[in-house]
Order: sequence, then structure tokens, then C-alpha cells
Amino acid sequence: MISIKEMADVPVKLTEGHRLCAGCAEPIIAKQVLLGTDKPVVVSNATGCFEVSTSGYPYNAWNVPWIHSAFENAAATISGVESAYRVLKRKGKVQDDIRFVAFAGDGATYDIGFQALSGAIERGHQFLFVCLNNEAYMNTGIQRSGATSKGAATTTCPSGTCIPGKREFPKDITKIIAAHDLPYAAQASPHNWKDLIEKSAKGFEANGPAFINVISPCPRGWRHESAMTIEIAKLAVETCLWPLYEFQDGKWKITGESKRIAEGTKEKRPIQDWIKSQGRFKHLLDPKWKNLADEFQENVDKKWEELIKLSKQ
Amino acid sequence: MPARISVIMKPGTAKEYETGSWRSMRPVVDKDKCINCLVCWMYCPDNSVLVEKGELKGFRYSHCKGCGICANQCPKKAITMVEEGKE
Ligand code: SF4
Ligand code: SF4
Repeated sequence: MISIKEMADVPVKLTEGHRLCAGCAEPIIAKQVLLGTDKPVVVSNATGCFEVSTSGYPYNAWNVPWIHSAFENAAATISGVESAYRVLKRKGKVQDDIRFVAFAGDGATYDIGFQALSGAIERGHQFLFVCLNNEAYMNTGIQRSGATSKGAATTTCPSGTCIPGKREFPKDITKIIAAHDLPYAAQASPHNWKDLIEKSAKGFEANGPAFINVISPCPRGWRHESAMTIEIAKLAVETCLWPLYEFQDGKWKITGESKRIAEGTKEKRPIQDWIKSQGRFKHLLDPKWKNLADEFQENVDKKWEELIKLSKQ
Repeated sequence: MPARISVIMKPGTAKEYETGSWRSMRPVVDKDKCINCLVCWMYCPDNSVLVEKGELKGFRYSHCKGCGICANQCPKKAITMVEEGKE
């Protein structure tokens, strides 16, 4: 990997002037992902915050070819581009070695875009799919998604006197994707930029479909100060709610801080710290919902132990 | 009538859309404390930390939204957020 000073010299692929909220993690993640290759890239983007905010007509924040067609088909779109590229390359009409990446929010990954994503992986296209996971449909006003945490308040699962926010646990989409037996899948966080850039580089060079699920704190929807975005991403990892790991050639490997926690050289923080850090969980601090907070911790522990077991296989 | 389509032919035109007016707090760096680690550059969501030849040169106030991530992440506490309109 090149040094951070050299990275700062690389011409930017995503410019300033986009309209994502102050402190949004998405452009930080995209910048790190795109630093994972020095080859020309084509980007496809699912409908969502990231798409709408980087392409408001008559402006666009992209210095690389970028395509948006619909909410559900970022993966289908990029597989079409990649197929055309392979044909043109075979015919000698394109010489460049090009890489393909799709960015999608959690709605466009876990829910609406899942079918297109699963199909594109099964067909074996060479592309990297990045989920910018802010755990709800933020662009349309914070509605729950299949990625929303149990206990989180959204506008479609608000917290009130009877209901403590969302009542279901999120899907474990990274494991669902890994079950496709693809060359590369990973979980990452923008606070550990080295880990995320390395994983992106592996994804771009996986020689087949690759998937990275990245936690993307959202000041507006998670109800935290804009300055706290990176801290909160780190906290997700330190509580083991969002372990850093990769799945490559059928093997699970824990990485970054998560590896140190698994080895016992770093402390695992209680989920209470995570709950306290964001307004969307505020109601869980009420003794009335203590059982839910306990259940939250139990679920994190259970998933973490499962991952440790997988990594030892 | 010939069809008219509106197409943006130039890349990166969002640069012309200045988001600096969103800001209520402005980052200011103390270069005596700064060690040019560029952590602030890595985490800026708005490409607004200016770097030249590996050195932090200041901020792109035309676009910086004042989120405060740079100040919060700087390991040397070299960046302070100052209220706009005040010195
Ligand atoms: S993070 Fe702090 S020390 Fe590092 S370059 Fe930025 S201002 Fe300087
Ligand atoms: S305050 Fe936010 S937008 Fe402005 S330079 Fe710092 S990190 Fe970038």
C-alpha cells in the first residue's frame, strides 16, 4: 500500500460540492474504497443518499464514469458494463485494464437490491460491491430496513410507550453473501482506513465478484454529532457489534482491532457504550427496556462467538 | 421537433456548488502542533483538507461543511472549531 502522503497526491475521483450531510461517513468510505485501485474504474450507484447527493443536476461530483439506473439494480447495471467490457477487450477495441465497483446503501443491498446482487455474484462477474450501511432508508426520511438494528427508533418503527423501536434483528447479509461461495467478502469500517483500503484492493483484484459491507454512521438518522462519525464507527468495532473480518477462498479471517479483541490483547467494550452514543437508542436507557438492552448484548456475544469459531476452522 | 436531452458532459462539476455556506463552525489549524500525519485529510468527507507535497496547508472554506471530524480525529489536537463570524 502507498503511504498516506502519496494517497493525498492521487487525483480525487469523488469531488467536494456533493450534498451529503455534514459528517456523513459515505464519502469517506467511497474515497477509501477508490484508493484501493490505481486502475481506471467505472462506478454504478443504486438509488439512495449517495446517488442523489453526488449527482444533483446540473452538477455531479464524479471524475470517473458513473451510472445510476434504479434502486434495485446497481449490481445488474455493473454486470452489464463489465460484460460489454469483456467483449470489447476480446475484440481488441479496449486496451485498458478496467475495474468495476457498485455503491449501494443498505436498502439497496439487504432489501431492494438483493436479487440483482445475488444474481450478479452467481454469474461470476468481476466487480466489487460496496454496501454503505447506515442501517435505514435515510434518503427518504429514516425508514427501517433489513439492516436496522433491533431497538433502533426510525420513523416507521418509532419508540413510544408500548414499542421500543424496531422489533427485529437485522439480517446478517455479509454471511448471506459469503454463502454464495464467492472469491471475496468482508466487513469493514472507515475508522480503520488501512484495513478498508486493503480489503478494497483485494476486492478489486479478486478476479470475480467481491463484496464489502461497511458500517456508515449517519449523524441525522442515528442522532449523533457530526464530529462523532469516525468515533462511532470505531465503537461499532470495539463493542464487536461490527467485527472486522474477511472471507476469502472459503476461509474466515478476523482483522484489525477485532483480531486483537479475539486474541485478548484489546478490551471488548459493552454494548451499553454503543447504546449511549446515539439518540436512536435513547429509550433503551430507560429501566423499562433493560431486558431489550440485555438481549442486544446477548445477541452481539452470540454472533461474535460464532465468528471466532468460524475463524478457527 | 428534434429531441432535446440535457446531459452533463463535464466531470466533477459539483465543485462549482459551494457547500461552505452550510457551515456554522470553521476548522482552524495550529501549525505549531501539526505533525502532517494527514489523518484529517483521510477522514474529511468533503475533500476540504488542503494538502501540498505531503503538508497540511489549510482548509477549502468554499466547501468545508464544518462537521468537525478533522478536529475530533487529529491526534495532536491541532485543529480547533471556531464559530463563524467570530475570530
Ligand atoms: S490530523 Fe492534526 S496533526 Fe495530522 S495533519 Fe491534520 S492537523 Fe496535522
Ligand atoms: S470540518 Fe469537516 S468538512 Fe471541514 S475540513 Fe474538517 S472534516 Fe472536512
